[in-house]
Amino acid sequence: MADKHQMSVSVWRGAAAGSFQSFDVTMEENQTVLDVVAWIQQHADPTLSYRYACRVGMCGSCAMMVNGTPRWTCRTHVKKVLVDGHMEIAPLRNLPVIKDLATDMDPFFDKWVAAEGLHHPTQTRHDPIEAIDPASAARVEVNAGIECINCSVCYAACDTVAGNPDYLGPAALQRAWSVYNDSKDAGRQAILDAVSGVGGCHNCHSQGSCAVHCPNELNPMNAIAGLKRETARNFFRRRAR
Amino acid sequence: MTFRLYMVQRISALIMAPLVLMHIAVMIYAIQGGLSAAEILGRTQGSVLWFLFYGTFVVAVSIHAAIGLRTVLSEWAGLRGTALNAAAWAVLSLLLILGMQAVYGVTAT
Repeated sequence: MADKHQMSVSVWRGAAAGSFQSFDVTMEENQTVLDVVAWIQQHADPTLSYRYACRVGMCGSCAMMVNGTPRWTCRTHVKKVLVDGHMEIAPLRNLPVIKDLATDMDPFFDKWVAAEGLHHPTQTRHDPIEAIDPASAARVEVNAGIECINCSVCYAACDTVAGNPDYLGPAALQRAWSVYNDSKDAGRQAILDAVSGVGGCHNCHSQGSCAVHCPNELNPMNAIAGLKRETARNFFRRRAR
Repeated sequence: MTFRLYMVQRISALIMAPLVLMHIAVMIYAIQGGLSAAEILGRTQGSVLWFLFYGTFVVAVSIHAAIGLRTVLSEWAGLRGTALNAAAWAVLSLLLILGMQAVYGVTAT
């Protein structure tokens, strides 16, 4: 049965100009932060806007700032984040706020494309399927990044993104690194050029907030270091030619 | 920061690192027996080698610091475009002038 204790939850209302609104929410024995947001919308204020889909940590839709920290709310237990019966829920940092807890994710995904984090095919559908050695060094690098669920937690956690809106950010660069190491990809030079621009991988200060906050425990900082290494190698290779 | 600036900053660091070590080593070595300013100047004045050593050091430091401060000014002060580049060139010029003046002071005859 439900525990009738209450918690006080401050929720961001409005767009970029807005303020926190306080709600008293019934505490349950088992409750995620997303459950709390859903409870407020269903029981306190149906006009509250937020985004979610799978509720099991696969889709990457429900990330929000909880007590100032970016988290996947569907997999964050209330008891983990509650401080003296209170918590604060805000829209993701570093992204434009549409309304309440929903941010505009366009800049985040546009940067994936800008970083060439997309497939550049080497073959057609008429060619036989290429065999990939799962133990090869390049494939191991790819494996380290493919569990990204595009939740934008790393992007919200990144202080370099906060200081430089042009910066492509950890997720896009990690995607570029995964594609770069894919033996079936024909766009290696295009990727290196794309991550070498004004907002490229060289802006990263290796602070590591991306790796600390990634809910899937990935390490985008490591991927960015790989891109820095490869672009530098490529720089000398091109000079030597 | 662009890739070009990144590479220039890394290469200037590579140049600086051995020069810093040598500068410290020479300092420790030179003061062992107690050395006066006149004795130091006696060795450095007119020396092409010391001019090149500290001249290279000053150039590398100026470039390295200007690029680093350019990033700080961009991220912390929000400077962009022409204003940002002008500030970086100003830092570079100031460090070059001050540094080369010092190099000239100890190596000119």
